[in-house]
Amino acid sequence: MPFVNKGFHAKRPTDGGHKLPPGQYETQDFPVLTAGPTPRIPLVNWEFRLEGLVESPAKWSWNEFNALPMQSFNPDIHCVTKWSKFDTKWRGVSLDTLLEHVQLKPEAQFVMAFSYGGYTTNLPLADLRDGKAFIGLEYDGKPLTAEHGGPARLVVPHLYFWKSAKWVQGLRFMAEDEPGFWEDNGYSMHGDPWKEERYRADDEPTPDNARFRL
Amino acid sequence: MSRPLDWQLATVTAIRPETPRVKTFVLGLPQFRPHRAGQHYDLRLTAPDGYQAERSYSIASPPEQTGEIELTVELIDEGEVSGYLFDGVAVGDQLELRGPIGGYFVWPAGPADAPLLLVAGGSGVVPLMAMLRHRQRAGLRNLAALLFSVRTPEEVIYQQELEALAAADPDFKLLITYTRRAPPGWAGYRRRLDAAMLAEAVALLPGSPQCYVCGPTGLVETAATLLQAQGLPDAAIRTERFGPTGS
Ligand SMILES: Cc1cc2nc3c(=O)[nH]c(=O)nc-3n(C[C@H](O)[C@H](O)[C@H](O)COP(=O)(O)OP(=O)(O)OC[C@H]3O[C@@H](n4cnc5c(N)ncnc54)[C@H](O)[C@@H]3O)c2cc1C
Repeated sequence: MPFVNKGFHAKRPTDGGHKLPPGQYETQDFPVLTAGPTPRIPLVNWEFRLEGLVESPAKWSWNEFNALPMQSFNPDIHCVTKWSKFDTKWRGVSLDTLLEHVQLKPEAQFVMAFSYGGYTTNLPLADLRDGKAFIGLEYDGKPLTAEHGGPARLVVPHLYFWKSAKWVQGLRFMAEDEPGFWEDNGYSMHGDPWKEERYRADDEPTPDNARFRL
Repeated sequence: MSRPLDWQLATVTAIRPETPRVKTFVLGLPQFRPHRAGQHYDLRLTAPDGYQAERSYSIASPPEQTGEIELTVELIDEGEVSGYLFDGVAVGDQLELRGPIGGYFVWPAGPADAPLLLVAGGSGVVPLMAMLRHRQRAGLRNLAALLFSVRTPEEVIYQQELEALAAADPDFKLLITYTRRAPPGWAGYRRRLDAAMLAEAVALLPGSPQCYVCGPTGLVETAATLLQAQGLPDAAIRTERFGPTGS
């Protein structure tokens, strides 16, 4: 135990059974965190793409996408700005379902999610498979609102929530990892809340780390 | 190996009340790392049983003020960290911090820069104040305007300093809007941010301004959408959201 703040105690117990990652606190609301104004995307223009290191790219319109098999999922989510929210209620399409529609090239190891409005975020492909990631279309029984990334956002609950790209437009498969928007601005390349990988400086040191200024 | 973001133990060297619910903490840092206006520090509290809480606080002081930083904290009802800072921390106490953090909500601050439009709600003024203090200390003359939304006259954080800056610098305009109660005789805005108000602020700054919007989610959402509607490009509108999400 390095340093103790005299007189400091947890103000409230966390919801029974749930665990908070280090440094996080529980909130009941659903905060919004965005770098700029909220994009509003007319559904007639919306499309979702899988591209990059695939044998042939896949593309869905809004109606086509909504015809894919959907599932409900109720993850705990953890934002790098320190809030966590337990048992959120979503419906959407599993990444495993989407990946059935493309043949990945063997060198595909990383993914860049890209969004309407220009946002990007990078993830290892392994973090998107086996039931770990979804494209969320409904939140709390209603269509996902624009502030929270509607009409569709990536949801990767086991990583800090900035990896769950709002207004997602597609995924690009890559052989090498590359920083996306917040990662370029000093945030972790991976973002595991349980290891508290918040900032680039929290990642395992690599020669690359030195180049980034927070 | 000392990594760039290791936690350090800062010492509280002064505490200044700003409003009845806002205090500024001046923190001496064993390792001062130069920051850019708009960045924040993470603060970590540890309880005797090992429980830890972390929160982010924007840096209020300009980069020119070296060796220490200032954090301005609003007391949140039932707030775990702000409550402790408010009641439990005195001059001489130590606090664990790491930073500076954040590479996006920062003002690059060159003399040739575009005009600066700052829009704040409540404690959202803190990172914007760092930009204004930096602008002043660096002798920059970019046209600048701060549109500051507060509920009551008691809640204007940095009031004296902002008024003095506006009086001394013809290139800086201070626009305050009181959403619940204005001071007696107030002739300025007394309503929530709206399209007309943002249009007036933009009109003070000929040549498309760089906009920084910070405050509670509702205000940031409104202001950013209205600035977009003024025809400003998305890339010119940077937002940071904090404080209660409901208001
Ligand atoms: C980049 C950034 C910069 C920031 N800069 C500043 C700054 O300069 N100044 C500043 O004052 N703040 C700033 N903030 C906000 C700050 O980080 C804290 O969120 C704020 O101080 C509140 O923390 P707290 O621990 O006091 O309140 P919390 O204990 O986190 O509570 C916050 C609110 O949520 C409610 N709440 C939380 N958990 C529960 C629960 N389990 N059940 C019921 N209600 C709950 C509380 O009642 C309260 O209304 C910043 C935030 C970010 C992300």
